[in-house]
Amino acid sequence: MTVLVVAEHDHKILSDAGRRAVAAATALGGDVRVLVAGHHCGAVAEAAARLRGVTQVLLCDDPLYAHQLAEPLAVLIAALAADHQAVVAAATSHGKDVMPRVAGLLDVGQVSDITAIESPTVFQRPIYAGNVMARVCCEEPIRVLTIRTTAFAPAPEDGQAEITAIAAGPDPGLSRFVEDAMTRSERPKLGAARVVISGGRGVGSAEGFELLEAVADELGAAIGASRAAVDAGFVPNDYQVGQTGKIVAPELYIAVGISGAIQHWAGMKDSKVVVAINKDEECPMVQTADYALVGDLFEILPSLRDGLRQMKA
Amino acid sequence: MKVLVPVKRVVDYNVRVRARSDGSGVDLANLKMSMNPFDEIAMEAAVRLKEAGQVSEVVAVSIGTDACQDVLRTALAFGADRAVLVQTPEAALEPVVISRILKAIVDEEAPRLVLMGKQAIDDDCNQTAQMLAARLGWGQGTFACRLALADGEARVSREVDGGTRTVALPLPAVVSTDLRLNEPRYLKLPNIMKAKKKPLDIKPLESLGVNTSTGIRCLGVSEPPARKPGVRVESVEDLLHRLKHDAQVI
Repeated sequence: MTVLVVAEHDHKILSDAGRRAVAAATALGGDVRVLVAGHHCGAVAEAAARLRGVTQVLLCDDPLYAHQLAEPLAVLIAALAADHQAVVAAATSHGKDVMPRVAGLLDVGQVSDITAIESPTVFQRPIYAGNVMARVCCEEPIRVLTIRTTAFAPAPEDGQAEITAIAAGPDPGLSRFVEDAMTRSERPKLGAARVVISGGRGVGSAEGFELLEAVADELGAAIGASRAAVDAGFVPNDYQVGQTGKIVAPELYIAVGISGAIQHWAGMKDSKVVVAINKDEECPMVQTADYALVGDLFEILPSLRDGLRQMKA
Repeated sequence: MKVLVPVKRVVDYNVRVRARSDGSGVDLANLKMSMNPFDEIAMEAAVRLKEAGQVSEVVAVSIGTDACQDVLRTALAFGADRAVLVQTPEAALEPVVISRILKAIVDEEAPRLVLMGKQAIDDDCNQTAQMLAARLGWGQGTFACRLALADGEARVSREVDGGTRTVALPLPAVVSTDLRLNEPRYLKLPNIMKAKKKPLDIKPLESLGVNTSTGIRCLGVSEPPARKPGVRVESVEDLLHRLKHDAQVI
């Protein structure tokens, strides 16, 4: 069997999600090839070639892929897929955009957001906001799969695969890049952080989030948010954790002023340790967290920050 | 121009579902069903375009059993002009099959824009819009948080990891909606009454001649592993002590 992994990158660095997709592809068994399509992205191909289990890197370097638009990428991937039994990508916003388009071009069903691989054709994935786990069998001629990044460790870097340059595919001319507005942050990425501290409606304001940031600084944590906090404008929408936002599974998740609706739990319930800080002792987050501290977050957060500082000193 | 809005009938987002104890599926009997929340956002977006004079007709379509007529009536109450039910014997079809059916409807209706939710909250697949766009050979604007039509293009700002990306798509195109595109309106009683009189066509699936076979099947479902019961801590010192010594995460 030959598996094609679609590498996610910013043309310079292979993403952590891409390394996790390679690990999942290796678990399927067989030859793992990685497609690096982008512009001036040779360094990404070299990084992909070092990943354990990769037998070949296909490098498609062309201005057509400079913005990673789904329409030209899907045409390229679907053409390559004909020589593979499976195509795998991470279920990030990029993988979710491109892969179903590939499946549509191939006229095959896709299995989204896989959390476990039982066999080359049997997978587990969460449905109903993670309240139910489904076992899904895929017997399509080409299996198109996206994997949940938090369920797979990144592939280690001890391999040495060859890099083969391939020609660009046709330009379908169906979309045009206009602009990016990215949120700048010096903090660890939400999806990959070891510790996440998230705020909800209870934090009350954008200024309230500064209290979370002070604690995050002590912990080296990423900052997340509930939908309520995003909708209220306290933080940008790419901070959102939940069924419709990012899925995280850090070692420590601290939920501050978050009631814990099922849609939020769907995004963080695989965290190793969950801490709830909330004044409402009846809310689902307090009822279900591993450690719950009931009280006023505006008093608790500063003393948490001071306590962490003392522990380090 | 015409806009097509596919809508799905799903378990209401506030209802917590459980796997049947024999693992054969999810028990949906007697649960409250509603329009998929992302599809409400797509409906709202389509109706706003019509109210702005940029769209002449909004057609809602749903695929499933007769029970789906209720979400189509909801779509009509939002302001859709008419509705189409593609009647199927079973409620749950794979997105790849749905995309084939929607392609057949698009071929009949010839809309310039298909506006739909980014994912259904039951199967959480996030596939149908992209599959449909591929099948039609149209551009796709997935996870839209802003949408504007001008000069024969849809300008779509998309929610992506790390921020927002804006793309321009020549029409016709497929756009899938994210949560923050808009706030769906509250449906008023007179509109709900009016919706009862609007046309709702029923097309048997067989009449479309679509291949419904797929290599994907569900082998069974289970409850996710339960968390161990938690403990209530009394102070910040207590919390830090436990996180350091019991849980060993700081």
